[in-house]
Amino acid sequence: MSFRVEHELHKRRRGRNIGLGLVLAAFIALVFGLTVVKVTRGDMQMPSAEQVGADN
Amino acid sequence: MTDTSLNTQAPTGEAGFGDYFALLKPRVMSLVVFTAAVGLLAAPVAVHPVVALASVLFIAVGAGASGALNMWWDADIDQVMKRTAGRPVPSGRVAPQEALALGTALSGMAVVMLALASNFVAAGLLAFTIFFYAVIYTMWLKRWTPQNIVIGGAAGAFPPMIGWAAATGGVSVESVLMFALIFVWTPPHFWALCLFMNSDYEKAGVPMLTVTHGRRVTRRHVLAYTLLLAPLAVGTAFTSIGGPIYLAVAVVLNALFVKGAVDIWRRDETRAQADKYRVEKRFFGLSLLYLFAHFGAILAEAALAPYGIGGW
Repeated sequence: MSFRVEHELHKRRRGRNIGLGLVLAAFIALVFGLTVVKVTRGDMQMPSAEQVGADN
Repeated sequence: MTDTSLNTQAPTGEAGFGDYFALLKPRVMSLVVFTAAVGLLAAPVAVHPVVALASVLFIAVGAGASGALNMWWDADIDQVMKRTAGRPVPSGRVAPQEALALGTALSGMAVVMLALASNFVAAGLLAFTIFFYAVIYTMWLKRWTPQNIVIGGAAGAFPPMIGWAAATGGVSVESVLMFALIFVWTPPHFWALCLFMNSDYEKAGVPMLTVTHGRRVTRRHVLAYTLLLAPLAVGTAFTSIGGPIYLAVAVVLNALFVKGAVDIWRRDETRAQADKYRVEKRFFGLSLLYLFAHFGAILAEAALAPYGIGGW
């Protein structure tokens, strides 16, 4: 059994860390989702050699 | 040092997650999310839901970042005004430099991510909006001219235009009309607030129209901008983003809004003070409904168009 009472500051820090962790996780999920959409739609495809030749 | 002294429960001044979130002005952000989403969804180009979600989110983050920069710069004014004294920077929960760092970092991140998610036109407009709000409005106009909120209102008017650009890659008459709707709506909305919050702006030395030219002139200005807004708002009904639903909403709300502005114009200070600015407060409340309903109607037209109900 611990006699140490958790300081209010530690609670606030934990809240901040959890909040930031969730924001980062959501950001990663969003970037991943965006990448999947862009790749499957062909937005990120390099132009083929024939296309480059036709442009020139 | 004992455990007892280590575990005192006094507030420490260290910011929590909510304090950093409050720096982004969440209430303004919710309006930005709504108007940007309407701009994006009303556009005649279909956008993938993930791209749409990401675009609206990055527009909102950009708006939030400019809010953090505004709180960093305006901490001295915010401290004096009752309405803003509890904000994270003036209350001492967040250091000014932290607000600056967060605002700058999120601004850069939001612009780059919007460019990657949608296109460079939308990202460029977002970058300009952040610059306009943080530099032109906050650092320059706000403390310099009583027309501050007229010109500065442009910053709040850009989100639907950015949403539209995220979908179409450009700017068109419809997106300019959505911009104009918020731009012309801002002065009467804000000046109605100033009419019953005047003492605060006076104390902070912000040259609001009520402070520099008096309430009589402000009442005239509220009426003038409302009369300018009405034909613009109703006229939008006859463009590709309008339709019968929007027209009905616009006619009813503009009639109420003009009536409210006339009531404000006809009143003198004695009467306003006697009923504690009841008419002005009601007009301010109506102005919030006004904007929400107009953009809601644009959204309804776009959503119902595939079923042959929305649009002309």
